[in-house]
Amino acid sequence: MIRTLAFFLCLISTSAHSESMKLAVTTSFHNSGLSDVLLPALLEETGLEVQLLVVGTGQALRLGRAGDVDAILVHSRADEDTFVAEGFAPYRREIMYNDFVFIGPRSDPAGITKAAGIPEVLSHIFTSQALFVSRGDDSGTHKKERELWQLAALDTEAFGAWYKAVGSGMGASLNIASALNAYILTDRASWLNFGNKSDLKLLFSGDAELFNQYAYLPINPDQHPHVNADASDILEKWLTSARAANLINAYKINGEALFVFNASK
Amino acid sequence: MNEIWAGILAAFHLIVTLDGDLVEITLRSLQVSLSALVIASVLALPFGTWLAIRRFRFRRATIATLNALMGLPPVVVGLIVYLLLSRSGPFGVLGLLFTPTAMIIAQVIIITPLIASITQQAMRELWAEYHDLLISLNTSNRQRVMTLIWDGRRALLTGALAGFGRAIGEVGAIMIVGGNIDNTTRVLTTAIALETGKGDFALALGLGFVLIALALLVNFAIHALSRTERHGTW
Repeated sequence: MIRTLAFFLCLISTSAHSESMKLAVTTSFHNSGLSDVLLPALLEETGLEVQLLVVGTGQALRLGRAGDVDAILVHSRADEDTFVAEGFAPYRREIMYNDFVFIGPRSDPAGITKAAGIPEVLSHIFTSQALFVSRGDDSGTHKKERELWQLAALDTEAFGAWYKAVGSGMGASLNIASALNAYILTDRASWLNFGNKSDLKLLFSGDAELFNQYAYLPINPDQHPHVNADASDILEKWLTSARAANLINAYKINGEALFVFNASK
Repeated sequence: MNEIWAGILAAFHLIVTLDGDLVEITLRSLQVSLSALVIASVLALPFGTWLAIRRFRFRRATIATLNALMGLPPVVVGLIVYLLLSRSGPFGVLGLLFTPTAMIIAQVIIITPLIASITQQAMRELWAEYHDLLISLNTSNRQRVMTLIWDGRRALLTGALAGFGRAIGEVGAIMIVGGNIDNTTRVLTTAIALETGKGDFALALGLGFVLIALALLVNFAIHALSRTERHGTW
């Protein structure tokens, strides 16, 4: 029986290709559709096949720590710095940015469109007790949202039933917000590419606090000798190249640019 | 209602145009779940039958445990298999995480108790009938198990199909251990979860209908091949 089992396992296991690597990315990178533009171009130019694991930033960092992926592309500065300090990545390399936006019901019961800044937006939502959907999954967006509440000197722990921590990915959370007609914080790319907007509308954006930087962190081969360092190096060089810059800057949905390339040379 | 219609249309469109991605995802779903089914059956059918014919001290406890394990939460199985196969886990050196093999391992763990439990229940009845005959023929345990499995194959087919149904429709475990990687570990259920996340309900629903059609097709095919429900032998 064991022999049969071993035979089957051999039969179905896929052999590892030297020209492929695993990259854990945040949901926004994939849901925005940018990965579908970049990865085929990368494959065509360098012959490198990147296998995407689309997860939240929290989980991406976990996968990186365990050495289950070769590199990660995330957006949470503080966590990235810790990750590098702990030695799991030799450095972090900034690639591009987009921005976070506040989405809410078209009627805007909390009146955040007229708010002057982030603290005001959040205190309006807080005082009106309008429904608010939070990712609640320790992702980059969720960390940002908690940061913003802190900025407004409000404690999410003390919130009532109007504050819904759903513990889901960006798309699932947007679906929930859409069904509840609630406010939600998301990144611009995910919003523009979201198919189930129903009565929701982009209500507030453009504040400096809403800046969203994406960084690339290759996993340190000293920590995990099995990682494909050559491949993650090729990917990094390509992601910071002029070709990638053009593709990233030119990527538009409904005429709106989603990401801005800002990798340092 | 509109969205369900859109889903049906999307499914129709996907099937009629033989969408390349759809074919690939569907074949992978079949590959993973059928492999899991074969391995689980090889383990569970003899074990369930053996449980039915043997009397030993912890038999009752074993059967109760087995029945309880039928409800094993897939997410927990996925998490445990993930931790075992992770590079920093005990089987990390095998490099199996995020491969179809990892998905098969998780599904085998999920459906083996289900098939073993159904087998044990079906075989208990059969063993009551065959008991005297097989004892008087002085058969070995192995021969008894083989005889019961062969003569009870129709009941076992039900068990196997139940196992297949649980495997093909499962999403929690394979999402964790497979990672839903495009062209590598994406199957129908994880693709549905992904499209739902993107808010593309029509495509998600379309894939859902394909999944249901696939389950029906496999069941019909197996019934046709094994010639059940025919000629008065039902």
